[in-house]
Amino acid sequence: MEPFVSLNGVVAPIDQVNVDTDMIIPAVYLKSIERTGFGPHLFDRYRYLEDGSENPDFVLNQDAYRSAQILVSGPNFGCGSSREHAPWALEDYGIRCVIAPSFADIFYNNCFKNGLLPLTLPEESVRRIMDKVQANPGVQFTVDLEAQQVRDADEDIVVDFQVDDFRRYCLLNGLDDIGLTLQHEDAIAAYEARRG
Amino acid sequence: MAAKTMFEKIWDAHVVHEEPGQPALIYVDLHLVHEVTSPQAFDGLRLAGRPVRRPDLTVATVDHNTPTWELTRPIVDEIAKAQLDALERNAAEFNLPHFYDRFSENQGIVHVIGPELGYTLPGKTVVCGDSHTSTHGALGCFAVGIGTSEVEHVLATQTLRQFKPRTMEVRVDGPLPNGVSAKDVILGIIGKIGVNGGTGHVIEYTGEAIRGLSMDGRMTVCNMSIEGGARAGMIAPDDTTFEYVRTRPYAPKGAELEALIEQWRTLPTDAGAAYDNTVVIPAAELAPFVTWGTKPDMVAAITDRVPDPNSFASAHEREAAERALEYMGLEPSQPIQDIKIDRVFLGACTNARIDDLRAAASVIRGRQVSSDVYAMVVPGSARVKADAEAEGLDKVFKDAGFDWRVAGCSMCLGMNPDILDPGQRCASTSNRNFEGRQGKGGRTHLVSPEMAAAAAIAGHFVDVRDF
Repeated sequence: MEPFVSLNGVVAPIDQVNVDTDMIIPAVYLKSIERTGFGPHLFDRYRYLEDGSENPDFVLNQDAYRSAQILVSGPNFGCGSSREHAPWALEDYGIRCVIAPSFADIFYNNCFKNGLLPLTLPEESVRRIMDKVQANPGVQFTVDLEAQQVRDADEDIVVDFQVDDFRRYCLLNGLDDIGLTLQHEDAIAAYEARRG
Repeated sequence: MAAKTMFEKIWDAHVVHEEPGQPALIYVDLHLVHEVTSPQAFDGLRLAGRPVRRPDLTVATVDHNTPTWELTRPIVDEIAKAQLDALERNAAEFNLPHFYDRFSENQGIVHVIGPELGYTLPGKTVVCGDSHTSTHGALGCFAVGIGTSEVEHVLATQTLRQFKPRTMEVRVDGPLPNGVSAKDVILGIIGKIGVNGGTGHVIEYTGEAIRGLSMDGRMTVCNMSIEGGARAGMIAPDDTTFEYVRTRPYAPKGAELEALIEQWRTLPTDAGAAYDNTVVIPAAELAPFVTWGTKPDMVAAITDRVPDPNSFASAHEREAAERALEYMGLEPSQPIQDIKIDRVFLGACTNARIDDLRAAASVIRGRQVSSDVYAMVVPGSARVKADAEAEGLDKVFKDAGFDWRVAGCSMCLGMNPDILDPGQRCASTSNRNFEGRQGKGGRTHLVSPEMAAAAAIAGHFVDVRDF
């Protein structure tokens, strides 16, 4: 897993509540048995028109946001299905961080397994970032996981945040969970012996 | 000893290792696997040269991608077929003894077959790479949906890393009014707590209305816990649960089972144990519900009207309602009963068990599906299908004009050949009414099996209590 330390990039606004995993990637694109290649289907139903051409109204099709690495959105981002294809599609597109006032549990957890930072900020901070990004398309923000701070270039908006230590440590170091768990092989075996 | 909730008892009994500030390592008693969220996990094992730690605790089947047409007809979608084949190959390579392919008598939606076959039992920890794993909590176990990386983690280690969720009691007081089903109970609950009301929590459903439900009804309630944002849903095991388990083919039998039942009787939440949060809903306030929007908390009673977006207090809710009405092609204040439908889908892990089919059949017996409607029934498993056919339910449905299908997830998620056309409106017994969930541009109204059946006959939503 690619470590996430600090990221500087364009922020694209998706000013909606409850962005669900079917919006992020519809089930019809989950048939692949690979982990990669889902990026072209990210937000598929909104990104493309009937004839398959780009929908010019969709945020990621606008030149200022095309290269976005960060999304900012409303509460309960990622609700719905457990499909890890949602973070895979985001990551494959180039998004490494989603900023929102709250996330659905499974999506939140899935992000950390893929080097993506789901960043929970207070609703008013999210609103300020959203407003700034909408007023200044293409503006860049820095998400610094080491210092646990989000800021824009002119430091007009500076927000400190906290990610729990364990997840932060794994993300900073790009650590694979399974390897860590297998260090507890003895405890697992003892549990199994005890339970029969 | 301190009083504990049922969730805490199960959690405590499964902690393998814990350290302050880290997620606990929880032992997994049952891992259900299906074709969509597992191929990348098996690839990960192969790359690392890791075996499946406990093939005996792993149950795999195909459900999401399988067509629901006759089994003699081949699968034409090559990509879907490759995914189905991948699970079969992985089951063979990793020596999974409990793998049920498309043609097995035990095949079905994972959340239907787990309890039905007797794999899901009270007190267990159950995981699956699917958010509706919450279903299994109906038997009094802790069942959570996980992502593919976690599927790989469980395959490799038989454990899951979890921060301990908080607990929430949802108590439904009093008996259910006539004509109100388990689906209406959970739609009513989600309407009250909202789609993120349960985030970070395990919900335990309690109260007279819950106790009165059959196992199939309890599974319907727990199934949609995730639609309220909860990690899991659960219901304390009781005699209804034990009677159900007694008739399951692969559940323990005889003295072994009776000894387990004695243990399971200690699982319910102790008197005086505290939940982090409690929500109380008088059953008398529940009615047959229909969702009008694109999130499961956008519900209205059948006797109600589509809400006016201006009636919502917050800007977010107003915008979401406006967007939903536009997508759904509905007008503010339109009576719910005036909404005409094109399709009926009776199926999905929410409502495709035998009780659901019986309830729907009792509504349509001797009647005909409206000429404007295409209606189908998709049993949740091969066994549900066989049982229904043994009772003659297939004939009731077919005589009424319903299409009778082979088990699978079908039109719940718009992945296999069963999808809505753009603009089509469907009365669906599934669990998600998200934009495009049942097919691009499709419009989904979530209802109970009884309400779906009545709508199929009438061509529009009707109050099943007057039907």
